[in-house]
Amino acid sequence: MNRGAASTEAMPRPAPARTLGRAGYVVALAALLLALPFIPQVPPFQRILLSYGLIAGITALAFNLLLGYTGLLSFGHSAFFGTAAYTAAFLVRYLHLTSMEAYLAAGFLSSLVVAVVFGVVCVRYTRIFFSILALALSQVLWGLAIKLFWITGGTDGIRVPSPTLLFGLIGGGDDKLTFLATTYYYYVLAVFALCVGALWLVVHSPFGKALQAIRDNEVRAEFVGVPVRAYRLAAFVLSGAFTGVAGALWAPLNGHVTPDVLYWPFSGRIVFMTVLGGFKSFGGPLIGALVFNHLEAYAVGYATYWQAVLGVVLVLLVLLMPTGLVGAGARLVARLRRS
Amino acid sequence: MALLVTERLRKYFGETRAVDDVSLTIQPRELVSLVGANGAGKTTLVNLITGLLTPDRGRILFQGVDVTHLPAPQRIRAGIARSFQLVNLFDQLTALDNVRLALFARDGKIRTAVALAERDTAVRDEAMAILEQFGLVPKWDLPAASLAQGERKLLDVAVAYALRPQLVLLDEPTSGVGTREKGRIMDTVASVCRDGGLTAIVVEHDMDIVFTYSDRILVMHQGQILADGPPEQIRADERVATTLLGHA
Repeated sequence: MNRGAASTEAMPRPAPARTLGRAGYVVALAALLLALPFIPQVPPFQRILLSYGLIAGITALAFNLLLGYTGLLSFGHSAFFGTAAYTAAFLVRYLHLTSMEAYLAAGFLSSLVVAVVFGVVCVRYTRIFFSILALALSQVLWGLAIKLFWITGGTDGIRVPSPTLLFGLIGGGDDKLTFLATTYYYYVLAVFALCVGALWLVVHSPFGKALQAIRDNEVRAEFVGVPVRAYRLAAFVLSGAFTGVAGALWAPLNGHVTPDVLYWPFSGRIVFMTVLGGFKSFGGPLIGALVFNHLEAYAVGYATYWQAVLGVVLVLLVLLMPTGLVGAGARLVARLRRS
Repeated sequence: MALLVTERLRKYFGETRAVDDVSLTIQPRELVSLVGANGAGKTTLVNLITGLLTPDRGRILFQGVDVTHLPAPQRIRAGIARSFQLVNLFDQLTALDNVRLALFARDGKIRTAVALAERDTAVRDEAMAILEQFGLVPKWDLPAASLAQGERKLLDVAVAYALRPQLVLLDEPTSGVGTREKGRIMDTVASVCRDGGLTAIVVEHDMDIVFTYSDRILVMHQGQILADGPPEQIRADERVATTLLGHA
């Protein structure tokens, strides 16, 4: 065989300048996010809103591991988000734990277990059958949260006070607004960075390439030796577990967990924000989550029928920008460069 | 020892006898063409050998080991790879990533979720070397979907070849391309197989291609092997001339 005969020194390589350029953007953005609490023009409300956006960003990126990279559209991701949020609430109510690290670990594990159980059932199917199964299973959890009110608080939910951070080193002693807008903002930012880094690594790993192969052509993937169903399950579980991290972060920020986070419209929001940003790029869902988060916050404030505003945005999006904001932006930049 | 043996292999679809008690032996390093009219059972036979279909009856022995009931991924690990009649690629991945994925799968590296695929220079260099063998280096960074049909056919074979099989089954590698392109594809496929010591079973309709490149030709008709022999013997076979070439 003559496989090594080609001169690999002469082979083309990716341009390093492009990679450095992207790294530069990431560093600049990170510096801006770190400096935000020191900018007086940015009020605490904006930082709290941004924390919600970053948490939504983790959710959308985790969701996109399934949609964009594995080709599976889940309408049941509220299950993982809600499971982790309720797990944090249960730790407060029943074990009187206030450690954020305990919320994160327990939220990650509980949503992982739920994802394994749901995944074993769901990944046997694809397309609409997968989507509907995921939706149906998630609604079982929503039903339980409503019906088992003596455990879950029913529609009243469970209050989650400000937690202690870094294994109790930092307490929630400040007034709640200051804590959430500064200390907790940095905490969310750090967990966000870790999750984005981990998910970026996963999708750019050989495992991530195998998921993309399954998305593109599952029959061929099987015929190059990818165990398709096992890898779908792995992607489902990873996606669910990272969504759980977002749910655990969200519970103390929101201060209150109710069955709404397990209800199907919450899954719809995750789909919406991912499609809004564009699911064909790594950063698209993150952009979509941030934009959606702000759009929703201001639509609620300025419009009585704010759901109608979001509905119009979704219709326009599908009709005019099927590749989402990032895809449309990339096309615009390419057109400007050509001209 | 024979590389591949099928013993009375049978697959019926209702009343249709797609593969009807086919027994054949393939020796190492042969380039065997599998020919026959549409519906003769060629693709079904390939699907049975590669594990896409399960036979109703019969056995498949690969290097003396019974692989009849092994799932496709295990047959690939045993050394059987294939390409498809309708090009089956990972369309959104680049040509490089299509080959690279096969290499990761072959080496068991697809389980790795915490290392960058791009950093594996050994796999990257091997993938580029394979692309060079198939004349696809100029298109290495293009999505497979954007390649021309002939290039897609070659990439399809390159992905199968990257698995480092001992037996590769190519289902109509030249279908849907022009005459000149057919020659280029088969020149490449034949030279890669011969240089690499591969055994190949090629399903093909173009008899000029078949007679030019084959060591041996298997003619299928109504699910059975009608004739089996070197090109000159098949060319002189009157039954083949009647049923396949349309000569009276």
